[in-house]
Amino acid sequence: MFSYALFSGITLGGMYALVAMGLTLQYGVSRIMNLAYGELVIVASFVAFVFMTSVGINPLVGLLIIIPASFVLNWVIYRILLTPLVARAKNRGMLEVDSILATFGLLFIVQGVLLVWFGGNYYSYDFLNNAVDIFGATIAANRLVALGFAVVIGLGFYLILTRTRMGTALRAVAVDPTSARLVAIDVNFASCFAFALGGAMAAVGGVLVSMFLTFSTSMGVVFTMKALIVVIMGGVGNMLGALIAGLILGVAESLVATYIDPGLTIAVTYVIFLLVLLIKPSGLFGRATS
Amino acid sequence: MSMLKPDFIKPVGLGAVIFAALAFMPTLVDSYYMSLAISVVSFAILATAWSMFSGPTRYISLATVVFFGIGAYTVAVLGEVLPFPLVLVCAGLAGTVIALLVGFSTLRLAGVYFVIFTFGLTELVRQVVSWYEVNVTREMGRYVFLDITQNDIYWQLLALFAVLLVTGFILGRSRLGFALRIIGEDETVAKHCGIDVTRVKVALFVLSALFMTLTGAIMAPRWTYIDPVIAFNPMLSFQVVIMALLGGPRRLLGPLLGVIPLTLLFEVLTASFPNHFSILLGCVFMVIVYLLPGGVVGLYEKYRAPKKRVLATDQNAEPGGNAA
Repeated sequence: MFSYALFSGITLGGMYALVAMGLTLQYGVSRIMNLAYGELVIVASFVAFVFMTSVGINPLVGLLIIIPASFVLNWVIYRILLTPLVARAKNRGMLEVDSILATFGLLFIVQGVLLVWFGGNYYSYDFLNNAVDIFGATIAANRLVALGFAVVIGLGFYLILTRTRMGTALRAVAVDPTSARLVAIDVNFASCFAFALGGAMAAVGGVLVSMFLTFSTSMGVVFTMKALIVVIMGGVGNMLGALIAGLILGVAESLVATYIDPGLTIAVTYVIFLLVLLIKPSGLFGRATS
Repeated sequence: MSMLKPDFIKPVGLGAVIFAALAFMPTLVDSYYMSLAISVVSFAILATAWSMFSGPTRYISLATVVFFGIGAYTVAVLGEVLPFPLVLVCAGLAGTVIALLVGFSTLRLAGVYFVIFTFGLTELVRQVVSWYEVNVTREMGRYVFLDITQNDIYWQLLALFAVLLVTGFILGRSRLGFALRIIGEDETVAKHCGIDVTRVKVALFVLSALFMTLTGAIMAPRWTYIDPVIAFNPMLSFQVVIMALLGGPRRLLGPLLGVIPLTLLFEVLTASFPNHFSILLGCVFMVIVYLLPGGVVGLYEKYRAPKKRVLATDQNAEPGGNAA
């Protein structure tokens, strides 16, 4: 039982980490506090569901379509919806407030559209649902595959950020947008790129999660919340921190769900969040925020 | 601060006349309009209370419904055990305690932590209450059978709104209100002026939460049946934010300018497009955020000659126009 709880915690935590990495890109580089982020995760879950059940494309092949599509979609969202706010904001605080409000509105629009199409029921589909034995625990194969893909894709994004010219530019903008301009980095382009890349990671998370969890139209808020907590816990802009914080959150949730009560997982999330706020608000490895 | 200055007596006197006139409304109109009036007054309280904290500080609270729901739930649990005034006291206490907890854990940090915390708080409280009802009391959903008529609810809300406006009015002229406005302008400056920033913010947050809780408690008898999904519906928080922003959250009576048109609009939308309500609401909200960042009040101020007293309240001409 313990190894099962631990393993399902690690898969769950891997998903949280992946999703939170995208959010930390959007918040750390583009300075957009995106409250509609979880809705993008859920939209991807539903797209994967439709691909699997109606079109007959399995979710892993679907990723080849969903990743570029979500990248473009988020690019458009940034260009059309958020660029005016960036232009209007006098300082970082104002952009934060404006982006919170705009994405809060977006959240209700996306949720409304999903509700009209899919209703309020829970959805799931069958994909690689055969049992696999690992370290004495019986795990569904789809969880293993999801975890494997999360590791590969997360690593891919990490390498893009640390090993390429574009990634270095993104990290420079995260540290200081004003100085980044001085070394000929196009900050607007970098922000847009980071936002789109973050959105693509959200979509990957959504597709992978849909392979082994039931999901509903109203779950977006919970994903946003967990991603935000992981981002804060890991330190804004810190990819490695997000990974570790995501795993901690996933394992803690899974242990509580197994040994105490599945109805209390969100309470665990909040207890962890409170502890972080009270003890180290700048995150496990974060710089002090001003 | 002298209570007898003309700039104090005039608005208070005018307000008293308007509220006295509004109190006679049940004798003039039928129950449909009364239920509409109840919606308007309850949203007016929520939006004004929201603006009292979030307006000057720009800390956006997304947890209005948490306090509203706590109030409603207290009535559902204690309504048949204690006399109603005592139930209101208990509701107020419960709301205050939660607000203190939230305030002290988040308001000493940057604003964004507060927003995030309140964003998920509804979900947390709803799930914890559901869990408690399922596992401890073993009954999901409660009935509220109290001997309180629609008119009683209306009068109670009206009285609460009057208290809120007087509180806001006094606050606008007090040291505490002034401190809050300085914090909103620049927190670092406020600290250097010797203001205990955290304590001021928490005090105001608790005050605003108290009014939200009481609104929920007063509104509870209207539903007869309450469960966590009904009591903690995130849509309510969203509606309150929209209304306050449309009106203009930085003036005492600003939110009222958003409440009246939007309550009527919501009434039409829920009746005509029940399935698309959330989408339309989101669109309305986007329009406000993009086109009217300062709200109606901001627009009005923009097209008028620049004023010297930007932050002082001097808009006693507006309530007469709206209430009539």
